[in-house]
Amino acid sequence: MPWNLNSDRPIFIQIIEKIQMDIISGAYRPGDKLPSVRELAQEASVNPNTMQKALSELERTGLVYSQRTSGRFITEDTIMIDQLKSELAKEVVTEFLETMQKLGFQREETISLLEKAIGVEPEGGDGNDTGM
Amino acid sequence: MILECKSLAKAYSGSPALLGIDLQIGSGHIVGLLGPNGSGKTTLIKLAAGLLSPDSGTILVQGNPVGPASKSLVSYLPDHAYLDGHRKVREAIGFFHDFYTDFEPDRAYGMLEKLSIDPNQKLKALSKGTKEKVQLILAMSRRAKLYLLDEPIAGVDPAARDYILQTILSNYDESASILISTHLISDIENILDEVVFLQNGKIHTHASVDLLRQESHKSIDALFREVFQCSGN
Repeated sequence: MPWNLNSDRPIFIQIIEKIQMDIISGAYRPGDKLPSVRELAQEASVNPNTMQKALSELERTGLVYSQRTSGRFITEDTIMIDQLKSELAKEVVTEFLETMQKLGFQREETISLLEKAIGVEPEGGDGNDTGM
Repeated sequence: MILECKSLAKAYSGSPALLGIDLQIGSGHIVGLLGPNGSGKTTLIKLAAGLLSPDSGTILVQGNPVGPASKSLVSYLPDHAYLDGHRKVREAIGFFHDFYTDFEPDRAYGMLEKLSIDPNQKLKALSKGTKEKVQLILAMSRRAKLYLLDEPIAGVDPAARDYILQTILSNYDESASILISTHLISDIENILDEVVFLQNGKIHTHASVDLLRQESHKSIDALFREVFQCSGN
């Protein structure tokens, strides 16, 4: 099952993002061993050299580390993983806000729409889950 | 270097096909050979396979001039059917096994099974696409240093295409290289690490796929369409 990669951006960047997402979402746990470059390249249907480049970059950032003989592992530094998580969350929120602005929504309107979507009463709500 | 071409030129009864190609392909690369019809792709592949001889210039496969030594290192997949239709698939495998010392029949049978091709069928009884699959399986079951694949997926359905790309990825090792010519760029661009654009017998671009995507913010497919846009005049 090839990974869902877009066509217009460098492939190694998309591979990095996909593995980061797998780490954050818990598909890979801290300390897990990664499959070999060849296995990952086949799974993703990408060139092994491209996969190698992506993994080297992940190693450079510290999210992945390699042990000389036994392969590559996900970092056990959970603080680093949490940091990555909040960075990515910030990016998502910024992007959302920019899109809403483009659509012509003011800050307050956006917030009240958000509250509605989450199910919070906009005025004086106690913040509890309102259920279905 | 797996493949080295220097000032390679070839003309067919006066009309030029290749005009001074300088090309180097290192080991462990999967290279896409892309270009419009008549740009010289098949000519370049045939020169490297030793089916044509150049008018001028040199071509080396792992340091060997084209000849028996280079041919034992090269696995060539032509862009047309070449197997004897009266033979069974099994016999074609036997033929390859006799002919090439680096041919591994077990791998061939494994791939046939994956693609549900009956080895006891006669080749002429197979559809065009299935025949192409058999030829690709034969080419990829050798342990060659250089695979020259001329339009390997043109007649194959999209689902089998995915399997064939997987086959290409899983069957080559890092000491070998693959040169693939194709028009189906978007299907294969993820498995390429370099592309060569040929235009009127010359190299227009030879660069890494990710670099081209980064610079152009386009897929190789979109970039190709832009570079080779038909102007209509």
